[in-house]
Amino acid sequence: MGKFLRDTWLVFQRSMLLTLRNPTWVVVGLAQPLYYLLLFAPLLKKVRAPGMAGGDAAFAFFIPGLLAQLALFGTLFVGFGLIGELRDGVIERMRVTPVSRFALLLGRALRDVVTLVAQAVVLVVISVPFGLKVHFLPLLLVLALMVLLAVMGASVSYAAALILKSEDALAPLANGIAMPILLLSGVFLPMAAAPGWLQAVSRINPLRYGVDAARDLFAGRVSTAAVYEALVILMALTVAAVIWAARRFARSVA
Amino acid sequence: MIIETKALRKTFRSRRGTVEAVRGVDLAVPEGQVFGFLGPNGAGKTTTLRMLSTLLSPDGGEATVVGVDLRRNPGEVRRRIGYVGQNGGTWREATAREELVMQARLYGSAKAEAGRRAAESITAFQLDAFADRKTTTYSGGQKRRLDIALGLVHGPRLVFLDEPTTGLDPQSRSHVWDEVRRLRGEGMTVFLTTHYLDEADALCDKIAIMDDGQIVAEGTSDELKRQVAGDVITLGFGPDGAETVGTARKLVADADYVRKSEEAGTELRLYVEAGATAMPMILRELDGAGVTVESIELHRPSLDDVFLHQTGRSLRDDAA
Repeated sequence: MGKFLRDTWLVFQRSMLLTLRNPTWVVVGLAQPLYYLLLFAPLLKKVRAPGMAGGDAAFAFFIPGLLAQLALFGTLFVGFGLIGELRDGVIERMRVTPVSRFALLLGRALRDVVTLVAQAVVLVVISVPFGLKVHFLPLLLVLALMVLLAVMGASVSYAAALILKSEDALAPLANGIAMPILLLSGVFLPMAAAPGWLQAVSRINPLRYGVDAARDLFAGRVSTAAVYEALVILMALTVAAVIWAARRFARSVA
Repeated sequence: MIIETKALRKTFRSRRGTVEAVRGVDLAVPEGQVFGFLGPNGAGKTTTLRMLSTLLSPDGGEATVVGVDLRRNPGEVRRRIGYVGQNGGTWREATAREELVMQARLYGSAKAEAGRRAAESITAFQLDAFADRKTTTYSGGQKRRLDIALGLVHGPRLVFLDEPTTGLDPQSRSHVWDEVRRLRGEGMTVFLTTHYLDEADALCDKIAIMDDGQIVAEGTSDELKRQVAGDVITLGFGPDGAETVGTARKLVADADYVRKSEEAGTELRLYVEAGATAMPMILRELDGAGVTVESIELHRPSLDDVFLHQTGRSLRDDAA
């Protein structure tokens, strides 16, 4: 166990170092939600829909959507880096060392978690002057949800990268699933406003639970069904995704 | 023996069918040698190497690597070997020093020790001039030196080099050769694959020729050449020697040291087991019969001849 943690930490350190050396993507990833925050969120103050309050409360409604967007686009594309490392033989080189195979995956996923949580904190801080009210425990829970989403999304992306082994195949896949997942989580307007069939479809979208829970949390409600539901579902899915990706990791790079 | 295998095999299954990449390889590699795997692309060299270095698990057979059972304890094998893949394995945004430190730490060194090992490698492989620049700025030869340094940073007794000079310019190539010789001089065992004949010839103490998933011949470069084709002695009898050729052939063709003889114009070609011992005997025989020899030449067959003989194909066609 000690070795496993040490290995994970090593892989994390290396990945983080390389991310910090070329932080363009971290900044670019934050740009899109910021545009929405500055150029779109003010419109919502006057919009009325079921499950949506106007005025400053619009931010408590809209920030969870932006965080979801951040989580989705910040993690689904991490597989690209892995494909580059595969091609350059970096993964192979590490696999011949006694390093734990799980650590090769988790160290990288941990980097993605740190990146995403940092982006989320920046986004929340910038939202405060706009009227977002932040309380300590709810914010902590929101960040916990972000951690789960990051590990899950990154694992899925890494597993897909290992299966497809090509950027040309990964790009359309990631783009193809990102948009429906985003829209089906009620990012821009509450899913409560959707017709029955659309609501039903959105129920199979894990991100929706995260968004619903984050809305409760930013509204100051901690102990709600949506929060528990999101924690349980996302935790289960995260564990499943990690196991899947770790298996692919151990098996691939033939 | 630092590597011993018995009937090692690997089959790949895909939608297009199954490929028996390695079909029963028996190997015995003594410690302290440079052992070469020679063969065309697709012969199974790399697959065998990847099995021995734990990157692929064998489908059958047994192997012991540095005293450890490969199939039972691949983790311990990893600790004891070094491996340098065809693609190297450096990340473009990292520097040589960072990669070396990381590699040493992946092998379990503490931070300070890893730094010391990295510094030693940088000196040993002459990476000083560019050790703190990103690897993306390196030339092919510089990058290859770093690749090899990475495979050795933990001080293994055995290192696998997968086609270490493929794609390098001649100067970098000879630089890599020098490194391999230096490692051997330090008592290391180097197991390399190549599809260059001259490389196997120049570097390897022992060579195994692989084709179609099997070892078709094995031995030192000299043994291989002798075992397959022997030496070739060409006797010339001058412009008017057409008749003399026939006479000479009758005199020596049946000697037990001549395997095969061939007339080509005014020349007689004799395939013998060992040229150095056969040559004086041939000359004595001809001289005794009053046959005048105008020229005599001893060729040593190349590894290409060996490969051609064993497989019916020329290695050069594939290696191009």
